[in-house]
Amino acid sequence: MLELKDVVKRFADNEVLSGISLQLHRHEVVCLIGASGSGKSTLLRCANMLESIDAGSITLFGQALEDRRIDPNLVRRHIALVFQSFNLFPHLSVLDNIVLGPVYAMKRKRAEVREEALALLERIGLRDRADEFPDRLSGGQQQRVAIVRSLAMRPTLLLLDEVTSALDPTLVGEVLDLLRDLASSGTTMLIATHEMNFAKDVSHQVAYLDKGVLVEKGTPEQIFTSPQHEATRLFLERVR
Amino acid sequence: MSLDTDASSSNTPNLFGSRRSRLFVGRRGLAASSISTVLLVGAIVLILFVAPGGAVFRYYFFNFHDMRIAWDGHSSQGISALSRSLFTNVWMFLVSEVLVLFFGLTIAWVRISHTPVLFPVRTLVTVYTDVFRGVPLLIVVYLVGDGVPALKLGFISNQSPAIYGVVALTLTYSAYVSEVLRAGINSVPHGQLLAARSLGLTPTSTMRRVVLPQAVRTVIPPLLNDFVSLQKDTALVSVLGVIEIANAGQISASTLFNGSGLVAAALFFLALTIPMTRLTDHLIERDRSRRLAGS
Repeated sequence: MLELKDVVKRFADNEVLSGISLQLHRHEVVCLIGASGSGKSTLLRCANMLESIDAGSITLFGQALEDRRIDPNLVRRHIALVFQSFNLFPHLSVLDNIVLGPVYAMKRKRAEVREEALALLERIGLRDRADEFPDRLSGGQQQRVAIVRSLAMRPTLLLLDEVTSALDPTLVGEVLDLLRDLASSGTTMLIATHEMNFAKDVSHQVAYLDKGVLVEKGTPEQIFTSPQHEATRLFLERVR
Repeated sequence: MSLDTDASSSNTPNLFGSRRSRLFVGRRGLAASSISTVLLVGAIVLILFVAPGGAVFRYYFFNFHDMRIAWDGHSSQGISALSRSLFTNVWMFLVSEVLVLFFGLTIAWVRISHTPVLFPVRTLVTVYTDVFRGVPLLIVVYLVGDGVPALKLGFISNQSPAIYGVVALTLTYSAYVSEVLRAGINSVPHGQLLAARSLGLTPTSTMRRVVLPQAVRTVIPPLLNDFVSLQKDTALVSVLGVIEIANAGQISASTLFNGSGLVAAALFFLALTIPMTRLTDHLIERDRSRRLAGS
């Protein structure tokens, strides 16, 4: 479904991604692990077309995103991105945050989207907070709303950029539980994360990135129990 | 060291100073502020009474009889009524404010855009804001009010001086307000933009639904500040011969040899701007407490 081939991204002289290749199939969950600055976030942003790539190709449903005729707004409706810092809209209520994308980007009817949004909030146990403003919610609740906001776009693929990194440790669990729930219901996800146990549980494939290079890729068993590369082994030792 | 927090323990430091209850402090505070206010106002009023020319001053500026004549007007003496000319100020600033908001927003939008197509417009608009923020409004009023009719461009050159006044006010204040709005737009965190774009919103929808609502909220106080200033500056249009309220006050002053009409005009401006400045302060305070509650 999503295929990255030799993707290179530079910021000025700094090469952030040096030839990354990765494939993601429908209903598959892939976790990206690696130290901060290894290029995980940039990779996700490139897939979402928030950043352009300097070489290589990204293909979604068999269509190359580098093609100038591709409408980034259409791509983004299929690939949702959830941010580390939630980025909920502070001037809109929880419900309006969720409804915004479907109504203004997809031109769907508000009443219909509203019902869906409330059902999604019900699912994460926040239906009674629908009319409150985001700053009244805890970090974990905000991040779950942010995930649900992306789900309201009915994306084919969900990109998650270290969604628990900005959270109080006690709030990480509720967000990961939601992601586990999504994974078991077959949502296709590409997840950048520092939560190794979560990555081990939930993913079909794990990819280890180091300084913009995809060092190693494999099933969670392969990566976590018998890593082939010295760099991977050292990294896993450090985070344990 | 013991971490015992027992208040009755003998080595607990005493935190009660010589002040007595909070309530008492509150009352004493009220008394102190009342007395100091009375003293200050009294001192200012006293100057008007003890100054050698105090009586003349009071007669020249606070003669309620002449103030009344200026307010009602006196056609045989050629005094225009302040009560009527004030509407000139009101419509001039109402129209200017709407135009200023429109042009200010357009200019801000052009300046923050990165589209290559808009490059020449962007340059032009930058020069425009630099020029009109730098040139005194009075000179702009003269240039527009005397210059445009001199062009003899038919319809454009045949407008009333008040219209040229509105044009001059709009030219100058659009430059100010565009800068205020631009600062507001830039103050919205970049993550908000990314979030909106990643939801598939177009740049226009992102601006309209996400960036502007947040930007305007932060800039309402400085924006109202500029509008207060604009309201006062409608008086400058008098140099084009428009009988607005300050000009009417001036006419009454030179006809009656008494400046009370000017003071009446000043009171009119105060009646307009004080509610506005109070509202601004209220909004700043509300915004501040909301932010504090949010963090």
